[in-house]
Amino acid sequence: MHELSLARAIVSEVSEAAVNHEIARVGVVEMKVGVLCGVIVDSLQFAFEFAAVGTPLEGAQLEFVSSEVTMWCESCQVVVQPREKLVFSCPNCHSPCPELRSGRELEIVRFTERHEDAEVMQ
Amino acid sequence: MNAVAASSTETVVELGKRVLDYNDRAAAALRERFSAAGVRVANLISSPGTGKTELVVKVCEELARSGVKTAVLVGDCATDNDARRIAQVCSMTRQIVTEGLCHLEASMIDDGLDGWDLGDVDLLLIENVGNLVCPSDFDLGEDLKVALLSVTEGEDKPLKYPHLFSTAALIVVTKMDLVEACGMDIETMEENIVAINPGAEVIETSARTGIGVERLASVLCNAITAKPRDGEGITIVSGRRDS
Ligand SMILES: Nc1nc2c(ncn2[C@@H]2O[C@H](COP(=O)(O)OP(=O)(O)O)[C@@H](O)[C@H]2O)c(=O)[nH]1
Ligand SMILES: [Mg+2]
Ligand SMILES: [Zn+2]
Repeated sequence: MHELSLARAIVSEVSEAAVNHEIARVGVVEMKVGVLCGVIVDSLQFAFEFAAVGTPLEGAQLEFVSSEVTMWCESCQVVVQPREKLVFSCPNCHSPCPELRSGRELEIVRFTERHEDAEVMQ
Repeated sequence: MNAVAASSTETVVELGKRVLDYNDRAAAALRERFSAAGVRVANLISSPGTGKTELVVKVCEELARSGVKTAVLVGDCATDNDARRIAQVCSMTRQIVTEGLCHLEASMIDDGLDGWDLGDVDLLLIENVGNLVCPSDFDLGEDLKVALLSVTEGEDKPLKYPHLFSTAALIVVTKMDLVEACGMDIETMEENIVAINPGAEVIETSARTGIGVERLASVLCNAITAKPRDGEGITIVSGRRDS
């Protein structure tokens, strides 16, 4: 359970970028979450709401886009996808593929500005 | 990073930033410090109860006999019990109490080193908080990431936690004295390790019988022999069998 450390890191990175762009309030933060990154999305969401209090991200939405596992097959010299979850061997030649190309990442992709008047109109 | 006006009402900022950037930066600074001081660092990761502390005690005894100056940082959610156990054989030992946090972060290592003269240390062993998932994402500036698993944890553990086992340079099997009692199929376990991490070195150990302890100690300090400091002749227990 390290979602609170991650939530704090997200809040601090986005706050800094928001200030640089003279953005007072953040609307949506889009996250890329690898299926193997070990993060429990619900916990992260919960921790985020807590960490965002009193920052430009207070009331902002976290959105998650998941990223599937891909790996490099040294024998076939191509990027492949596992045939089954957690089987890290090539679906074509069955050799082990320890080099993951995606699936472990946790990234802040982008965020949007939130306008107070847009909220009022809703 | 650039801002684009997506519509008349919405500004979008493309960030493209890894969330763990802050820890990676702190770890890079630590790695530089360790390298300048000639300290070799190992980060030991496993489930709670695998036998990390017990093995660290045995390895410290072995290293003391070989004249290797060892320091230990041990992370736990609560209590300093483990540090007390290790301090009996290694005077430079400190507990890091994480107060519930499931892993160590580079900044905690930085704090843990406070007041220690790294010039006095050859090898720093970091016993991470017992957890197979979270610690593997947090670089601590180590040279060697070590994953441990005991024979009581099941043959398929490396497959269930590919995260850790695929990125560790060294995989240590503990409690080998219990293989028969647990009906553990050690060959299948090692096949699973090779499947997930073909390049890893695997060492079978038991803190009870002492098997594998000498070999583990020598692998942990291998880099000391590789980078001796200005004429200092550190003698190390016999080198790797395969090199
Ligand atoms: N039979 C056996 N028990 C062990 C061995 N190493 C550790 N243990 C026991 O396993 C339990 C957990 O060990 P500990 O070192 O505290 O594990 P840690 O949580 O990974 O630090 C303790 O009760 C130890 O006595 C071993 O090699 N053989
Ligand atoms: Mg312990
Ligand atoms: Zn292939």
